[in-house]
Amino acid sequence: MKINRRGFIGTGAAFVAALSAPMVMASNRPKVVVIGGGAGGATAARYLAKDSKGALDVILIEPSKTYYTCFFSNLYIGGVRDFASIGHTYGKLASEYGINIVHDWAIGVDKDARTVSLAGGAQIPYDALVISPGIDFVEGSVAGWDLTSQNAMPHAYKAGSQTQLLKAQIEAMPDGGTFAMVAPPNPYRCPPGPYERVSMVAHLLKQINPTGKILIVDPKEKFSKQGLFEEGWNKHYAGMIERVGPDFGGANVEVRPDAMEIVIDGDVEKVDVCNVIPAQKAGNIAQIAGITNDAGWAPVTAHDMKSKMDNNIYVLGDSSAQGDMPKSGFSANSQAKVCSMAIRAALTGSKAFPAKFSNTCWSLIDTDDGVKVGASYEATDEKIAKTSGFVSKTGEDAAQRKQNYEESVGWYEGIVADMFG
Amino acid sequence: MVGEDAKNRTGPQLNDLFGRPAGSVEGYKYSKDMMRAASSGLIWDVEHIDMFIEKPKSLVFKTKMAFRGIKDPTERANLMAYLRQFSASPSDIPEAEPTLVARDPDIDPSILALEGDPEYGEYLSGECVTCHQIDGEDEGIPSITGWHIEDFVIALHAYKTGYRPHQVMETIAKRLSEEEIAGLAAYFTSK
Ligand SMILES: Cc1cc2nc3c(=O)[nH]c(=O)nc-3n(C[C@H](O)[C@H](O)[C@H](O)COP(=O)(O)OP(=O)(O)OC[C@H]3O[C@@H](n4cnc5c(N)ncnc54)[C@H](O)[C@@H]3O)c2cc1C
Repeated sequence: MKINRRGFIGTGAAFVAALSAPMVMASNRPKVVVIGGGAGGATAARYLAKDSKGALDVILIEPSKTYYTCFFSNLYIGGVRDFASIGHTYGKLASEYGINIVHDWAIGVDKDARTVSLAGGAQIPYDALVISPGIDFVEGSVAGWDLTSQNAMPHAYKAGSQTQLLKAQIEAMPDGGTFAMVAPPNPYRCPPGPYERVSMVAHLLKQINPTGKILIVDPKEKFSKQGLFEEGWNKHYAGMIERVGPDFGGANVEVRPDAMEIVIDGDVEKVDVCNVIPAQKAGNIAQIAGITNDAGWAPVTAHDMKSKMDNNIYVLGDSSAQGDMPKSGFSANSQAKVCSMAIRAALTGSKAFPAKFSNTCWSLIDTDDGVKVGASYEATDEKIAKTSGFVSKTGEDAAQRKQNYEESVGWYEGIVADMFG
Repeated sequence: MVGEDAKNRTGPQLNDLFGRPAGSVEGYKYSKDMMRAASSGLIWDVEHIDMFIEKPKSLVFKTKMAFRGIKDPTERANLMAYLRQFSASPSDIPEAEPTLVARDPDIDPSILALEGDPEYGEYLSGECVTCHQIDGEDEGIPSITGWHIEDFVIALHAYKTGYRPHQVMETIAKRLSEEEIAGLAAYFTSK
């Protein structure tokens, strides 16, 4: 027994010595910390881990255990998808790719010490930091609305409980009631998003509340795929949807969440559901990190998505000010791959290839009536610049529209596999 | 089948083929991929028929027929000359010598011979796999894994030249260089 124990202690020490060699090597691997496990962050973490084949230590910081995609969240509202189908977890990123997933909020970035501090108290050192926190709302951009009003007047512009709440409110609307949307000013995530949402709300109302009305209050003159949406609304939902643009006071709005009223250019309207989508800026952590400009977005160089304000920080997706790409999940995913290639090249000396970006946004107007807009982009010294693009045409035949929708379903499966493995 | 009492069998009947939109024969159940090509606007004009019978995969990923194509241009021309007898408006087949049919895209053999760099292909593939799944799943969007290198190059080339219609794929392929297409083909063939 005694000998055994001694022997054990002895070999134990040897074991520690033997083990510590690979351990030290492991902790000497360059560390890449990724803040945000969404379209940009999850893709970046996965590609960094996958393509570096263990040469990088990848740490992903994301507070939610389940990520609900904003993409297809409108289809959930319309009843075309169920809620579970838009939720995704991080298990495979940990088990198959060896990514260290930390479910916590990043609350600070020390650029000199190169550490990220977490709400839970930890300090995480990095060699390169990727920030992809999506958007936050500009305070005071819709008079009368702040985050404490998001239950009475949901934004549903970050998917999850907000999306469920909005759908429940629409379903509970009295017969012939009014759904109002306060649309955001440019730039904001997913340019066609509010209008796809209107289409899906109309789709739902047509079935459960056919005399219901939809009122869009919009500060913008024009919006994405406008001709296609308006054609579709006339065709499928004639007389249901009214849009008040800036020429009729769409930019001069106040909301009163307690009274369920909205005031358009001084005129008070009583509404039953009010979806307020405020003006947007980079996710708060980008501002805290000190990498945002006066407009609230984080400028980056187009070749690698590196912050223009700090040499060790990269910014992806909605938060970045990069040039011509729309703020979309597709864009964030595309930028993440360029960025992780650049980070690998910087930290492990792997080959760097020229940046290429692309984006396609599909929108569903009604069952089997899908439209799309897309483009490809290249990196110039000034910005990510559009090279060529396309958009669906009005008057297209039903087969083409159905194909667009089917394609979007394929794309959804593709992009979530590309994000979460 | 073709002729007066032609019926749909493994393939659709081929009367009035020239100028017919793809996937349009009543009562025939086309493959998913043929219907995709159809809704992207594929029309069976003489060039497209020629391309199709040379290498079906250059236009449509998967059809109902097990048919790899006819290499010999004379044989194809003869087949078309035969088929056009059953078309009311046989479009612009040159009257006498059907062998002179123009074929676009005319892929230079040197392009097909290019040796692709699979490492470059792997990086570039990031752009593809946002939609096309790497495990070969093909709901809504066709699979692009495990193809013959040559078929892959021909298909991308057909998008690049706009010959094969599809808004997204034309936009993507237009800016791919021949080396990049070769790299992608080399990468995806091994998946
Ligand atoms: C209604 C709607 C429909 C849309 N439809 C489409 C579509 O069809 N196609 C398309 O391509 N795009 C669509 N989008 C846009 C798309 O959802 C976004 O552009 C995309 O999610 C942006 O990716 P991201 O990585 O920048 O941010 P997100 O995907 O939002 O990810 C950000 C993540 O960061 C986390 N985070 C934030 N702050 C912190 C912090 N301090 N610490 C740690 N983690 C943090 C968040 O929890 C979140 O998970 C749609 C958006 C909306 C609202």
